[in-house]
Amino acid sequence: MSKESVKIKKYSTGSTVLTVVFVFICLAWIMPIFEVVINSLKSNNAINLDVFALPKSDTFVGMDNYIKGLTFGNYPFLKSAGYSLFISVVSTVLILLCCSMAAWYIARVQSGFAKFFYYLCLFSMIVPFQMVMFTLTSTADALKLNTPWTIPIIYLGFGAGLAIFMFVGFVKGLPLEIEEAAAIDGCGPVRTYFNVVLPMLKPTLISVGILELMWVWNDYLLPYLVLDITKYRTIPIHVQYLKGSYGTVDLGATMAVIMMAILPIIIVYLFCQKYIIKGVAAGAVKG
Amino acid sequence: MSKKSDGAGLNSRLIRRPIQRWAPLFILPVFAAFCIGFVWPFLQGIYLSFCTFNIPKDAKWVGLANYSKIWTDASFWNAFKNTALFAVVSIILINVLAFTIAYALTQKMRGSNLFRTVFFMPNLIGGVVLGYIWSMIFDGILRGYSTYLTANATYGFWGLVILVAWQQIGYMMIIYIAGLQAVPEDMLEAAKIDGASGSQTLFKVIIPNVMPSITTCTFLTLTNSFKLFDQNLALTGGLPSVIQNGAKFNQTELLALNIYSTYNINKNWHGVAQAKAVIFFILVAVLAIAQQTATRRKEVQQ
Repeated sequence: MSKESVKIKKYSTGSTVLTVVFVFICLAWIMPIFEVVINSLKSNNAINLDVFALPKSDTFVGMDNYIKGLTFGNYPFLKSAGYSLFISVVSTVLILLCCSMAAWYIARVQSGFAKFFYYLCLFSMIVPFQMVMFTLTSTADALKLNTPWTIPIIYLGFGAGLAIFMFVGFVKGLPLEIEEAAAIDGCGPVRTYFNVVLPMLKPTLISVGILELMWVWNDYLLPYLVLDITKYRTIPIHVQYLKGSYGTVDLGATMAVIMMAILPIIIVYLFCQKYIIKGVAAGAVKG
Repeated sequence: MSKKSDGAGLNSRLIRRPIQRWAPLFILPVFAAFCIGFVWPFLQGIYLSFCTFNIPKDAKWVGLANYSKIWTDASFWNAFKNTALFAVVSIILINVLAFTIAYALTQKMRGSNLFRTVFFMPNLIGGVVLGYIWSMIFDGILRGYSTYLTANATYGFWGLVILVAWQQIGYMMIIYIAGLQAVPEDMLEAAKIDGASGSQTLFKVIIPNVMPSITTCTFLTLTNSFKLFDQNLALTGGLPSVIQNGAKFNQTELLALNIYSTYNINKNWHGVAQAKAVIFFILVAVLAIAQQTATRRKEVQQ
């Protein structure tokens, strides 16, 4: 009874109006995604006639666009999705592991080299990709890093700046006493790092991990320039190729491909949104 | 005094030196990758901006010839103008809307978590895919007026503004919400007791306190709009193109895309594209540093 009255008190009439207003704004906000869904179910002719019409019995084509989309663009969609998944997961794990180790080293050792490397990392954060893209491509070719199996090394190199900056900021806030205690108890640096430091880094690992994962998964230009795209494509390259090179575009099948590309991300987002939103807030405040 | 040096000595013996011995494991892998992925390409990029080259191996030193070519390149100045205008418009639009939404969502209201989830969602979709979705929508709308997106540079420009606003508002909103939630409760209460009006509270109490978030968000929107590439490429690809004074250029190109398309003209332009990239880097760096120093000064000490 008393609980009920507290609840009623909490929301005023003004806030109810605000809620209603925001319901409409949010419906408008997801309109573009809604358009992708309905057009992925319509025939190409129907889309060309009217993008915004809902599918009717004569324009509804069921799963046809999706079936076509799997092989559309002379490259199997699932292959692109597989490469995308592999590259983004491996790159993210590599960045998290290597950069947190380096950050611990920088924060604790503080030698001339460590400081020099740290400032170099800060500097790299303001360098746009266009500055290095041509030379990075030829370097990757020369070192044979131009396959999906080795491209995570490039991502580690170009993404190290931000990750190290964020990890160093966090490690500096960790109490030294815990590591000292571990050392006194006979822990070597490797064990101290993996059993003591890494668990304490968990919140930062999550926020950096989310930022890196979103970056690599959606990145278009780096894999496009570095990989041999006749053999290897990621989802962004796949989608760009649908538009680029096939004369009249089959919009229905394209929308089905886009749907298949964004649906997994949206599902993951709905399940882990708490972490994603927290991670973004934490990452941005430090950046 | 002696205690302090004892502590430092202990720290050095227990922590510092053992880690230092493990440098090859802890720092060398990243440093090597960093040299491959950043340091070497960066240095080589600066060098090649003074050369003509097809591939980096056959570079020939030409001094400032590439840079002087940019001076007369209409496509570069058009892209520069577009980028500057785009940056101003999108910084204002995104930050004002993101702050307003964040302010509304931090009031007591039903469903604010759900709304937050919805606003953030577009941020997860990559630039290329976004460009594709919006070009379908814009073409669908413009078809009603018997025209299309790449028919007119104005459509392309504002289309890109809408697309980027839709993508980034949610992200900035999250940062503003974090900032607004950190405004000390007692300060707001004090303002209320002193009889401050709503707008007084907003401008005199809330905004000075969320200045760190404003710094971060203007910084991010500034650098994002200068570095924008994928969305530009996928939405209009720079089209429509016009011929002015005998030179053909794409009207809706931003700087990043202009560098890319300059490189793709032919091998005589590789050096020019790299020189443009150097200028682009200096521009982004100067703007980023200037913005940071300018807004950091306005932040409230807490």
